[in-house]
Amino acid sequence: MTARMIDKVWTGIFYAVAAAVIGLLIFFFAVVLSKGAGFWQPEFLFGRPSNTQAGGGIGPQLINSFYMLVVTLLLSVPLSLGAGIYLAEYAKQGRIVGFIRLCLEAMASLPSIVVGLFGLLAFVTLTGWGYTLLGGALAVTIINLPGLTRICETAILDVPSNIKEGSLALGATRWQTLIKAVLPAAIPQIVTGVILSAGRIFGEAAVFIYTAGLTTPMLRLDADWGSPTNPLNVFRPAETLTVHIWKLNSEGIVPDAKLIAAKSAAVLMVAVLLFNLAARLASSLLARHFSGGRRARRGREERNKAA
Amino acid sequence: MQQMYTKRRNRWLEEYIGRTFAVVCGWLIVLITVTMIIFLAVKGIQSFTDSRLSLSDMLLSAQWDPNGTPPRYGALIFIVGSMLVSLGALLISAPIALALAIFMNFIAPKWFVSLLKPVLELLVGIPSVVYGWLGVTILVPLLREWFGGSGFSLLAGIIVLSMMILPTITSVAADALANVPMAYMEASYGLGSTRWQAISRVIVPAAKAGIATGVVLGLARAFGEALAVQMVIGNTIKLPSGLDSPTATLTSILTMDMANTINGTPWNNALWTLALILLLISFFFIAVIRLVGSGKER
Repeated sequence: MTARMIDKVWTGIFYAVAAAVIGLLIFFFAVVLSKGAGFWQPEFLFGRPSNTQAGGGIGPQLINSFYMLVVTLLLSVPLSLGAGIYLAEYAKQGRIVGFIRLCLEAMASLPSIVVGLFGLLAFVTLTGWGYTLLGGALAVTIINLPGLTRICETAILDVPSNIKEGSLALGATRWQTLIKAVLPAAIPQIVTGVILSAGRIFGEAAVFIYTAGLTTPMLRLDADWGSPTNPLNVFRPAETLTVHIWKLNSEGIVPDAKLIAAKSAAVLMVAVLLFNLAARLASSLLARHFSGGRRARRGREERNKAA
Repeated sequence: MQQMYTKRRNRWLEEYIGRTFAVVCGWLIVLITVTMIIFLAVKGIQSFTDSRLSLSDMLLSAQWDPNGTPPRYGALIFIVGSMLVSLGALLISAPIALALAIFMNFIAPKWFVSLLKPVLELLVGIPSVVYGWLGVTILVPLLREWFGGSGFSLLAGIIVLSMMILPTITSVAADALANVPMAYMEASYGLGSTRWQAISRVIVPAAKAGIATGVVLGLARAFGEALAVQMVIGNTIKLPSGLDSPTATLTSILTMDMANTINGTPWNNALWTLALILLLISFFFIAVIRLVGSGKER
């Protein structure tokens, strides 16, 4: 075989591999959505689960997943933004930054089950809270922190230095420069990164088993603030949707456990799709908004009118 | 005049508070990491200090029988299970990931790349329980038909994991290949090589440190994955006799048994030691990545 033919054959192989991977993803979506058909029915999405009869819903689990996501983002976005700012702007390069980076790497490499077990020690046993939504959110914040810090740091470093220099030259302090000039330019990248990591928090499961628990109390909107049945109370056990699928698979005793697991998987797949689309949309919209595209266009139009 | 003065003071106060916040956040990362290591290490060595289990027995014995008389706590099955399942996944995934990375950088037309990138992003985004669920619903029945037995097996774990680590390896390898200077390719073409010759003999060797980093990252992810593996591997506590036989891993035994044991018992302590082993192995992977990375700079 000549070198030219070998080249052709390999090109063919590469195309086949790429097509197979795309086909695999389509296959996954087809299987999940067809087996979980009917997941969009409101009585499934918002209904109460049943322990004994078929036809229960996933209302509490869905609420838990979203509430967990919100609490986690409230914790992890400010922290990772602060850490990203520190690494990008204030920290002097050298041993200390090297050490912080090593810690970030170590944190990022930890399996989520290990972080979950740390959560069991720190947020469940040591604090005496028991299994709580807040414990789960704190544990998943640890998982989320390294990635999000990296996103914030790169976004800040990617801002052209002339923006920063211009602001400093006008007599602004470093913090003012950061808040009023650098961060607005970095926002599109940060928002995209936050949405993508939100998708990951939503899909996380192993970390919640020993922190947020495997149960949810009967949620009632009219319950007291301190009562575990109040949906907004963060000090209550909160089984998320992902944990629910796992539990149905290992110890589900409901007659339609398989169908509920399939439908829940479909809900998760659609959520993943939506998070990815949202991230794309946000990055293109925000980039246009903050790069002054509108102002430039208006300026052009006015000039044209004048001419 | 007075007004200007207070304004300036506020500005510096703001600067001070902002800076302090950033510094605290930076150091919080160190604090969390160190706390985690200390907590897990203290808990993990209780097997040896409190329960008087022997370290060599734990690492080298394949007898795990916490309810037996005397109870045995050999973790070899889980360590071997974890290794086999993640190395197997790597064997499937690494070549495919490398092919994808090469394809995206040098061969695919632009529209194909812009199709492939979101596909990989979605594959990363699919939650591990959904991968596990897909394994239980599609893969396990298929394996049952082909090989007989229950279908829950080492092979099922390997295949599910190989899909989960594919995007990780691909994206790191693709970045490594993109960093190879274009001049290498051009020089190779100039010498009359075909595209495949240039890629296989010049580009890939030049990017091998970065590709290795991707492979180790994939291995680390496979090693630490818990639920997807636990759902399909069968969780039988014995060494696998073949690809079609069920076994257990470090993560799967932790997922299942931690809640069933009472704090302070030797059984519970042994499980915490397994968690510590997982932690140490993931640190080992970081060390390897750092070593490979420093080789690249030289």
